[in-house]
Amino acid sequence: MKTPGIISLSNLTFSYDANLQDAISDLSLEIPAGSIAAILGPNGAGKSTLLHIILGMLAPQGGQVLLDGKNLSFYSRREMSRLVGLVPQIEHIPFEFSVMEYILLGRAPYMGILQMPSDEDYQTVSEILRTLKLTHLAHRVVLDLSGGERQMVLLARALAQQPRILLLDEPTSHLDLSNKGHILRILKDLAEQGVTVIFTTHDPYTAVLSAQYLILMRDGNILDSGPIEQVLKADKLTSTYGVPVRVVKVNGHSVILLDQTLT
Amino acid sequence: MPQRSRLTRLFWLLGLTLLGVLVVSIFIGRYPSPYWMSPSLLREDELARRLVLSLRLPRILTALLMGMSLSSAGAVLQMIFRNPLVEPGFLGVSQGAAFGAALSILWVGSSPIIMEISAILFALMGLMLSYFLARRMRHGSWALRLILSGIAVSALFSAGNGIMKYLADPLSQLPEITFWMLGGLWGMTWKKLLFISPFVIVGLLIVYLMRWRLNLLSLSDETAFSLGTAPARERTLLLVGAVSATAAITAVGGIVGWIGLIVPHIARRIFGANAQYTIPASMMIGGMLTVICDNIARALLPGEIPLGIITSLLGALAFLALMISPKIKMRI
Repeated sequence: MKTPGIISLSNLTFSYDANLQDAISDLSLEIPAGSIAAILGPNGAGKSTLLHIILGMLAPQGGQVLLDGKNLSFYSRREMSRLVGLVPQIEHIPFEFSVMEYILLGRAPYMGILQMPSDEDYQTVSEILRTLKLTHLAHRVVLDLSGGERQMVLLARALAQQPRILLLDEPTSHLDLSNKGHILRILKDLAEQGVTVIFTTHDPYTAVLSAQYLILMRDGNILDSGPIEQVLKADKLTSTYGVPVRVVKVNGHSVILLDQTLT
Repeated sequence: MPQRSRLTRLFWLLGLTLLGVLVVSIFIGRYPSPYWMSPSLLREDELARRLVLSLRLPRILTALLMGMSLSSAGAVLQMIFRNPLVEPGFLGVSQGAAFGAALSILWVGSSPIIMEISAILFALMGLMLSYFLARRMRHGSWALRLILSGIAVSALFSAGNGIMKYLADPLSQLPEITFWMLGGLWGMTWKKLLFISPFVIVGLLIVYLMRWRLNLLSLSDETAFSLGTAPARERTLLLVGAVSATAAITAVGGIVGWIGLIVPHIARRIFGANAQYTIPASMMIGGMLTVICDNIARALLPGEIPLGIITSLLGALAFLALMISPKIKMRI
């Protein structure tokens, strides 16, 4: 049986350069398995840095990241890739891979360095395509897809890793409302199945729509973190974005408004 | 995407065509008369038999290995650098190998093994210089920076080659060095072939066995990392494989351009982008085209035409055709 993907960040400190100010300082947070956490902040706040630390690509100078109670450094690269999937913000694909070929790359964590995909790998990918209703795209070239379709294919590739933790870097930033809603719905479904989802966004409303946990970042610092009801406050969002922000309730849903008139 | 069963059929067709080209090539030449030797002559004429066994066969096999090495190296470089416009010649590899070989001829001695090692070392140096220069450039896309730094490094080695030609003994060393610049397989023997085979075969094996992995390594670092690869280590291993095969073959065949650029494009056109198929397809198509070009080089005129001239002519024409074809999409 798969163990849950619990993430604990404990007194995490990270700096790109010892002479520079810490990009992240003393961050502690526990994200329970099967929940959705949003890392929220303006562009350049350091959100992707935090994502890369959880992925194991960047090593923190202080504190530790625990996955299921075990320090990240105790996992092998292959174990990590089976545990954590990543949907990058932009994937530059220079060659004309078909959707099927591209999603198959997500099976790499289950293959040896000299191995080719097996029939089971093809079956797993076909199943993911069916679940995400992408079967009709299987033989299309990824580069020819629309922005929304391409984002779904990136997500499908990460899901082919069968991860317990899914990291997404600005998954909805280039999408229209309909595609945004579609992706967030899928993330909720995944969380209900026990996958821990962490995504970065610069749009507070995207966080409100789906996340249970919120990490607020600005200029590389964590301003606050915790359950969304505690963190989603007008004053904290105002500090995060540097502009006056109001949080109002509409039909029981929080809506974030810019509290200024543009004249 | 081409279906797997269709791809299998295409591979059979390609394999049989390659085998046909190899067999036919044995009988192409200028003995006993221009262009064609009757197969029955192999039974009747001792000289014909010796010609085929001692000269044509090692030459045809070297041409095959040359095409396989250049085109698979081209495919590897294009995917790893995520740039469909690179080939060993554009990244300082070929000029570096020729420089290493010329250096060895001039100052170390033209023993094949020393020449090969020197060619391989300088080919790797050419590639690394191109890569690090591109990383240090501040402006332009990665594709553009890589091309520019490759041109600069190739030009540096080319200047070095020019200096060595100037310093070389016009009677003994100069003809040997000039040979590198034009490329050709005349004078190929079993001995020379055996000398380069270990480098070429190990290099080709690395590329062939890691071919599916190459797809992962063409993605961004963060995605490749998240999929469990060690991007830097695995890319280096593939590059060393591709470059040592290319450098070893350059050590005996000189600079033969365009095959490494054009063949991966043809292979991708037929077999799609997946390196699981494009690598073997590139090897087969590259091998076949080089054998055909070498047949032209040795049989068309009474004197030998340098192979590099023929591949450049055909390669440039094919490249132009690819560029202006409305069906071909280039994305840089």
